Amino acid sequence: MNLGALVAFVRPELDWHALAPELTLLAVGTLVTVADIALDDKAKRMMPTLAGIGLLITLVPILTLAADGAERSMFGGAYVVDDFSLVLKALFILAGYVVVLMSVDYVREGDYYENEYYTLLLTSLLGMVMMASSRDLVSVFVALELLSIPAYMLAAWRKGGPRSNEAGLKYYLMGVFASAVMLYGMSLVFGVAGDTDFGTISEALRGEGASPIVIVAILFVLVGFAFKVSAVPFHTWAPDTYEGAPTPVTAFLSVASKAAGFVALLGLVFVAFEGAADVVQPFFWVLAVVTMTVGNLIALRQTNIVRMLAYSGVAQGGFMLVPFAVAFEGDAWTVPGAGITTTVLPSAYEAVIVYLIIYAFMNLGAFSVVLAVARRTRSGEIDSYAGLFRYAPGMAVLMTVFLASLAGIPPAGGWFAKFVIFRTLADASTPAGWVLAAIVAVNAVIAFGYYARVLVQMWFEPVPETVALGVDASGDAEDELADEPAEASANDDGGFVATETRQQTMVAFTPGPIPMTGALAAALAITVVATMALGVFPGLVSHFGEVASFYLGG
Amino acid sequence: MLLNQFLLLGALLFAVGVYGVLARRNGVMVLMSIELMLNAVNLNLVAFGLQHDVVSGQVFALFIIAVAAAEVGVGLAIVLLLYRNRRSIAVDEFDLMKG
Repeated sequence: MNLGALVAFVRPELDWHALAPELTLLAVGTLVTVADIALDDKAKRMMPTLAGIGLLITLVPILTLAADGAERSMFGGAYVVDDFSLVLKALFILAGYVVVLMSVDYVREGDYYENEYYTLLLTSLLGMVMMASSRDLVSVFVALELLSIPAYMLAAWRKGGPRSNEAGLKYYLMGVFASAVMLYGMSLVFGVAGDTDFGTISEALRGEGASPIVIVAILFVLVGFAFKVSAVPFHTWAPDTYEGAPTPVTAFLSVASKAAGFVALLGLVFVAFEGAADVVQPFFWVLAVVTMTVGNLIALRQTNIVRMLAYSGVAQGGFMLVPFAVAFEGDAWTVPGAGITTTVLPSAYEAVIVYLIIYAFMNLGAFSVVLAVARRTRSGEIDSYAGLFRYAPGMAVLMTVFLASLAGIPPAGGWFAKFVIFRTLADASTPAGWVLAAIVAVNAVIAFGYYARVLVQMWFEPVPETVALGVDASGDAEDELADEPAEASANDDGGFVATETRQQTMVAFTPGPIPMTGALAAALAITVVATMALGVFPGLVSHFGEVASFYLGG
Repeated sequence: MLLNQFLLLGALLFAVGVYGVLARRNGVMVLMSIELMLNAVNLNLVAFGLQHDVVSGQVFALFIIAVAAAEVGVGLAIVLLLYRNRRSIAVDEFDLMKG
């Protein structure tokens, strides 16, 4: 083979307008780093402002691209800017903005490195924004690693805290292992298709059918992504990482990082793997059922609110997997312009996007309340929410909105997310689909059980006299541990572990108003307005989904 | 073209890597096992690239090599952090959080 002839360099056409959001994000990330180096300590306080404004500026090119409306394709179709990617890019940027708002006081009061924190956050967001445009195995892989590698570091952010260390280690090992498994699958997909772009893979798989190598290849790729979106049985890292990581990072991981995994799955499953529907649909059917049920059942017996939200996130991920199980049960239709006939169910595609958008805001909102309440109670236990309504009624009402939304009670946004799932299953109208609908319904009821437990605590229980000191609040204590490594090494045989495990320090608690800050209030305001607006005017998002499905078909 | 031999070697390397990740306690050994898995993927990609006579397999492999370097850099940093705090890099000792 003559490699020289194959790789004769042709300068790719660059559409600077289409790349503007990514370039802006990159520029802001660089600016944050440079400002820190150039201005030394003086710049420390302006880091979050800089990052926040930068994210809002990034929305501008996204909006101009959306107004322009043309579909732009670069690098041989590997990087596509269409309505689907723009909607998700805007979602990632907004979620990132809310996370920056949540982080401002947390990072500052914890006296953590500010510059690095925001640089890594922006880098990870850059990876997600790229993911929304990726239509090629190579660009999916690069985007996935770009968003994951900074996230590993963010999870281990409290350098002295053993829990944060552990969170980082578990996230890293699971994430890298999952990437390797996914890559092995991708290499086999490449072997079958002969190229890495979704269009070619789709064609090759239609011709090939479900041969053994295709089954192995697709299962490996999907298992890799199942780790990323923390689907049961590949979820084991999620609760530990969520509990140990700093709370704003947890919010970021449970929303943005999970959404990015689903975005990649959308492209892969709906476009590239259509020819292997027989493999994909049963896999997702089982995965969705197990993820919903196990996530919900374990969430029922959690006592820590962040862990409960982690398992709730696992279960919500299960709901998002449901449309994939009936992805190809639609009537045959032709993609306008592309000339491909497909049986893809447009409402399945729409359901995932709508669910992602609504889930992002309600979950970020719930984490914002957890952050705010922890500023007063210094605890992460569900018990510490007792009597919240008595001393902080506003916060109790906000938490009620977010939990009601997560449980799917109108008029908060979550009901519409559940509704589109059921509509998809009704559209598919297959026996497997109806069974799945019944399981989804049962799970929605189970989920209400643990959300209601927090509500009962907030509204009906008396204010506690003592609360258990939480992971977040005991950050200082953990840092002290780190200063004395000798002590840690003295009890090598688990003595160290025994003193740390779940032995909670109870501290006296005096109720009083939650110490609010502007940034946290803004985060709460954005999320509650978005959650309610999406519930009352669901047309806002269903429109995005419909437009997006138009461009389907690679 | 000995495609089968390359694929067998790739599968073998991958299996050894998976075994290493699951069975090894030492953090650095786990990282090396992950490298083994990634290199199995590279071998597959290059072999398939030659078979299909396209350059994208090699390009993909180059991307993986570059990203794997970054990944291991972060991994070693995390392992170093753990060693500083706990004087141990046995990955199964980190079990503060369960359930």
